[in-house]
Amino acid sequence: MDKTSRRGFMKVVAGGTLIAAGATPAHAFGPRETRKTPEEAIGILYDSTICIGCRACSAACKQRNGIQADTAAPAAPAGAAQPPGTIPGIWDKQEDLSPENYTVIQMHTDGAGGFGFMKKQCMHCIDPACMSACPVSAFSKDPETGIVSWNKNACIGCRYCFVACPFVVPRFEWNRAFPRVTKCELCKTTYTGLDCYAACCQSCPTGAALFGPREALLEEGRKRLALKPGAWHDYPIGHIKGAHSSAKQVAKAYNARIYGEKELGGTQVMILGSVPFEKLGLPAVGDVPNSAISEGLQHTLYKGMIAPLVLFAGLLAAAYRSTKQ
Amino acid sequence: MSHHDAFEPMGGKILTRPFVAAAVIFMLAAVLILKRFFVGLGPVSGMNDGFALGIWIAYDVVVGTAIGCGGYAVALLVYAFNRGHYHPLVRSALLTGAFGYTLAGTSVMIDLGRYWNTYNLFLPWRMNFNSALFEIAMCVMAYTAVLWVEFSPAIIEKFKPAWAAVVNRWMFVFIALGMLLPTMHQSSLGSLMIISGHKLSPLWQTTWLPAFFLITCIAMGYAMVVFESLWSSVGFGRPLETPMLARLAGIIPWLLGIYLAGRFVELASRGALGLAFQFNLCGVMFWIENILYIIPIVVLASAQRRGEPRTLFLSALSALFAGSIYRFNVYLVGLYPGFGWRYFPSSSELLITFGLISFEIMGYLFIVKQLSVLPKVEHA
Repeated sequence: MDKTSRRGFMKVVAGGTLIAAGATPAHAFGPRETRKTPEEAIGILYDSTICIGCRACSAACKQRNGIQADTAAPAAPAGAAQPPGTIPGIWDKQEDLSPENYTVIQMHTDGAGGFGFMKKQCMHCIDPACMSACPVSAFSKDPETGIVSWNKNACIGCRYCFVACPFVVPRFEWNRAFPRVTKCELCKTTYTGLDCYAACCQSCPTGAALFGPREALLEEGRKRLALKPGAWHDYPIGHIKGAHSSAKQVAKAYNARIYGEKELGGTQVMILGSVPFEKLGLPAVGDVPNSAISEGLQHTLYKGMIAPLVLFAGLLAAAYRSTKQ
Repeated sequence: MSHHDAFEPMGGKILTRPFVAAAVIFMLAAVLILKRFFVGLGPVSGMNDGFALGIWIAYDVVVGTAIGCGGYAVALLVYAFNRGHYHPLVRSALLTGAFGYTLAGTSVMIDLGRYWNTYNLFLPWRMNFNSALFEIAMCVMAYTAVLWVEFSPAIIEKFKPAWAAVVNRWMFVFIALGMLLPTMHQSSLGSLMIISGHKLSPLWQTTWLPAFFLITCIAMGYAMVVFESLWSSVGFGRPLETPMLARLAGIIPWLLGIYLAGRFVELASRGALGLAFQFNLCGVMFWIENILYIIPIVVLASAQRRGEPRTLFLSALSALFAGSIYRFNVYLVGLYPGFGWRYFPSSSELLITFGLISFEIMGYLFIVKQLSVLPKVEHA
């Protein structure tokens, strides 16, 4: 009896495994295909080289999204007096992304005397990791615009999206009893087109944050990559399809690529710069989105629930025999 | 098949000193848990946007359920591989598992920021089958219930013996589920971190995570059974079940040996092994993890050494620490969200975890004294 039931179990499991293995080539465990860019994908091209760090974008963002300016003075370093020029109630405190800051401008040094501004915000990935990770589908990507947004009615606050996001974008209201997960949603509620689009781009005086269809932005970006230092270029301001632009001279050669054109399957917020991207706080990543890697693996293991069901059948038979003897 | 003759209650008074100490810790934790629901997660934890999962997940859920795998690991032996002679170990292993998983579930409910939305997990149009966490959430909930059902004969025998026939008739379904579900979610607990991509050090980031988590959780399950059996034998002044435990522990070197070979081959094939020799925090933690894995492999490979209770106990402990540190490394130590992010659990956060562990210990002590859980001692 002992031997029979063990053999029975092994037979079922081994048979099932063979069938599954036969139908599963090794590359099936590899990444699934990357999602396609939505037809009407909109986005932002941020050019670090023409950003002047005025932070008008952050202020406009707050105004549009109904967020109060945070005018508390920055905390004094431990053991030090309040530094001069930090009088409470005057300056808006914008250090990093937070539930009060959907976008911030940060200044990074390249370690060699140079510096570069960086606009932080949700990158609106073409294949978003947050959306793949969320157990309750609280993140969705608009099939037309590609805007990634968060649904307060679905979110359970597990914060797995924080682990998944390669850019550490989502922010949590840690000090609230009923917290939200916050991030930029490209001003989607007020978006109408050329008249009203992302507040940060609408308020940017130099065109460093430029709004528009992703394809047009990429085209503009590629033009800039080809510019030599000293060359003149007509930089569009606000919306790439809009009427405003200003001619500026290129100070320093651009990095050889547009960050976000291909990174992790591509993003709809893309970055240009002359300081190496890693120095601007952007991670060095490959072109395959992490969501494609983890889904590729999960989908192979759980395809049609066949493997789990075969295993269950074997276990059921084994358990039946050994308990009924 | 009734086993009321194979197990016996320990008896003795409930309010012992360890029980009271555990109760005090639990009550302190209960106050902090209450506080969490009024002021949010920030004031009671060290978590932040870079390290958004802390020890409540890394320890209570990931490690806690792995050391709760005793019931799963022994069931695989007894039912799938038909090694019936290990049956006396089943009940206490199931009980430890039931508490381990219940603790994990409780922690998750404290940890979930928007707990009032949890019902969304059960709405078909919200379910995200692409999410490793969805699979884990469903499986862990189901398995916690299965564990208590598997353990229920111990309760039924005492209070409703008449029901035993019905329960035992359908028990094989739960036993089978009890072997299937952990295979699924323990591997998914490894898959969970794949999506963190570059943020997890290449010393740990690999698509082999699910296989590594599965095989080590089974080894941890056996180690936990050995640890718990020797501990409770000493604690309750009972004879040691060394021969049976020694045989069980003989499986550990096989499992961990295969695991470790795979682990190093995989690391070398990606060219990531060099990182282990940088001797920064990640490098050092990598070696602590793996040396703790090597100890039980070497020590327990010898039948003679397995027969010495002290050696057996310490090797099992080493295997448990190895698996726990591996999980901490994957979930916390190896994670680098970017410049400036730091995490260390706050005192309140630690106390909440200690409180839940204390509750687990109180529950275990109460139940083994009242119900037939531990194997019956043949009185000469």
